[in-house]
Amino acid sequence: MKRSPRIVFFLLSVAGFAGVYLWGLTGLPAVGHYRGPYGDVLNQVATYERHVTDVVTAVNFDYRGFDTLGEEFILFMSVVGGTVLLRRQREEDKSEHRDQNLSDKSPERQAPEPSDATRVLTLALVGPLVVFGLYIVAHGQLTPGGGFQGGVVLATAPLLVYLAGDLKKFKQITSHTLVEIGEALGAFGYLAIGLAGLILGGAYLRNVAALGTTGTITSGGTIALIDLATGLEVAAGFVLLLYAFLEQTLEIRLRGGK
Amino acid sequence: MSFFPYVVAVWLFVIGLYGIVTSRNFVHLVICLAVLQSSTYVLLLSIGYRVGGTAPVFAGVRVGTPAVDPVVQALMLTDIVVEATVVALLLALALQLQKHTNTLDPDKLKALEG
Repeated sequence: MKRSPRIVFFLLSVAGFAGVYLWGLTGLPAVGHYRGPYGDVLNQVATYERHVTDVVTAVNFDYRGFDTLGEEFILFMSVVGGTVLLRRQREEDKSEHRDQNLSDKSPERQAPEPSDATRVLTLALVGPLVVFGLYIVAHGQLTPGGGFQGGVVLATAPLLVYLAGDLKKFKQITSHTLVEIGEALGAFGYLAIGLAGLILGGAYLRNVAALGTTGTITSGGTIALIDLATGLEVAAGFVLLLYAFLEQTLEIRLRGGK
Repeated sequence: MSFFPYVVAVWLFVIGLYGIVTSRNFVHLVICLAVLQSSTYVLLLSIGYRVGGTAPVFAGVRVGTPAVDPVVQALMLTDIVVEATVVALLLALALQLQKHTNTLDPDKLKALEG
């Protein structure tokens, strides 16, 4: 379809759609007047039942933990899909630039060297970021955060190293095998914790671990354990994806933008 | 005023869709999809919001304080993860497209090529 009739057609249909959408939303209670029972029930019982203070994490990793298992495997499959899509093609494998010389030799195509300010700042941020990521993962059941959020923070640390140096440095600090094992272990850990609930408690993902004292880092039983497994999986998965993207970008640059 | 966030949700959906339809670059298209999806965040959060409610994190909060709905917040987290995975996969496809056809413009793709 030509461009202008397409846009006219779109504008007409989207105006109708927006009208119907808004009309449908008028049936909802006004914003600020939440009245559904589930949130209130969970807010009242979660701290007593599970010894956690962050109810969102309790919902994610316990009350609807099975849904989050699916969510984690969506992420897992997407990492697998991404790395398959971005794998080295056969002709790229044979080309002269293998892993040992990932840096671009040709001067006219070379990316500009990162400035000293970038290097100092990014490298200085790596340590605090790792600590912060671990903190977010470990305190998921106490304060806002958890495995997903902390895992992404952790995965940005190697990216900073890439910004300060090049892909070779990125590879050096993230052992590919270890990261792959970490991702698989994280995904498997979630499954295994669910199975432990099935064996010890009679229901998949039942919270069978000791609940601990509310407000401490070991509270929450399996919630804290699943938090760690998810953090590992997310961090490793994102590192793998980042690496696949960076490698392909370099591949394209080496071929002179083709 | 109490209806306004719903209007924002609809607006984000529509403007994201507009960006997708008129896009001339696949990377731009993927970001437009992310904008479209962010309308669901606004919608979910406004459904669970309560005037004067605190976040559903009960560390150092007096018993009986009203709080917003944690369920929609958990759903939104799922939403964000799904969006991240979708964006990652689509960007990977865009990268392959650039490599094989040397263009990112949807209009420049011939039939059966994309």
